[in-house]
Parts: sequence; C-alpha cells; structure tokens
Amino acid sequence: MTKNYLKLQFYSLPCNQAFARDAVAAFCVSLNPSLSVLSDIKTAVSEAVTNCTVHAYKGNLGLITVECEIEDRALHIKVSDTGRGIDDIEKAVQPFYTTLPDDERSGMGFTIMQTFMDDFKVNSIKGEGTVVYMTKQLDAEVVENV
Amino acid sequence: MKVQTARSGGVLKIKLYGEMDEYSAPDVRAACDRLIDENAGVRKIIINLADVAFMDSTGIGFLIGRYKKARRRGVALMVENPNFAADKVLSLSGIYTLIPKV
Repeated sequence: MTKNYLKLQFYSLPCNQAFARDAVAAFCVSLNPSLSVLSDIKTAVSEAVTNCTVHAYKGNLGLITVECEIEDRALHIKVSDTGRGIDDIEKAVQPFYTTLPDDERSGMGFTIMQTFMDDFKVNSIKGEGTVVYMTKQLDAEVVENV
Repeated sequence: MKVQTARSGGVLKIKLYGEMDEYSAPDVRAACDRLIDENAGVRKIIINLADVAFMDSTGIGFLIGRYKKARRRGVALMVENPNFAADKVLSLSGIYTLIPKV
C-alpha cells in the first residue's frame, strides 16, 4: 500500500499555528480517526510548532517544516526548525520546565506531546535546530452499515 | 477569540469563545485583565470554557496568570465547562488543584 505523505513549510508566525494543526488534522481525516485522536494530534502539533516560534526562533522569522506520513493506521509527524537548538533536552522535556517563566509559559509543551502521542522523540543540535518526531496510532476504523 | 462577561452580585463570569493558542492568547490575556481590574470587589471569577474549541498548553499559562492576578486581590478563580480536549490538557497539568472546575 502506498504511504501517504504531506510536507508543509511556513514562516514561524504565531498565526500559522492554527494552520499547521488544522492541516495535519485534515491530512489524516480520510482515515476516519475518532474525534479524541484528532484532538490529541492537533494539540501535539500545536505544541511542537509553538516551540519553534517561541523558543527556536525567539520571535524572529524562520522556517518551520512539518512532515506527515501515514503508514497503515499510524500517523508519523516530524516538526523541524533551524533555530537555536535546545541547551539541555533532558531538562526541557521535564514537566513544568520553562526557560521563559515570566511569559506565562506552563512548561508543559513536551509533556503534552509525550502524553498525547504514542511515540515521541526530540533531537537537537545547538545553533542548528531541533527535530521532533511523533507517532499516533489511529484507532480501528469504525465501519457503519448504511 | 471573543470574550463575554456577566456580573451577578459578587461573581464575575467571563466566557471565552474560539481557539486558545500562542497567537490568540495575548489579546485574551489583556481583555481578561482589564475585566478583572474593572470589576474590583467581586469575590469570585468563573471562566467559562464551553466554547473554547481548542486549547493547548498556552491555556494553562493563561489560567495560572489570571489565578495569580485574582489571588493578589483575594479573589477566587474557577473554570467551568471545558470541553473534552481542553479538560484533558488542564487535567494533565494538575491545574484544578489551584483553579477548581465547577
């Protein structure tokens, strides 16, 4: 079976966060995921893209790339930037850890990605950028007789 | 996002409409802070999330910020009617121990 693939590239403007999560949701909607699964995917993508805007580029303009691949009933998502990179990944993924406590940041972005998705990995090189990999297993398709 | 408010006695209800993320949060923050300032004297603020169609962790930061502002004035902050998705984000953060869900 051919794997379906999507690649989006856009500027790190906050207004693109809704575009990114809605586009990824639209991409996988043909697999008839439950609303709960769709909501998890949208939230995780929003967190990953927000990190690029807020942390990787720190409000400056940069490119964010979102790639998705559907393999059987698994959705693989890769969100990458070429921003400043993460100083300490182990710390960054801890719940409530934030480098911007004065900006009302909760420090829960990575925790949400980890919890809402089935598989999560982050790679980062200082000064070169960060790549977040996430996988969501779509639940069994509901077949209704009409 | 849209913000609607109603005051009844010592209770201020703030109802939010739309999607809460990094893009929309600054305006909602400013609008809610203005409402809190304008309604000095209330003893309780309830933020209704029934029509918040999407919320990521920005919503946690937003609520903690309003909680701190309300607490400085001795005002209790509560949330009501988050939808399934917003409730999942808020539950994960443990925020309901500070800001009860009514």
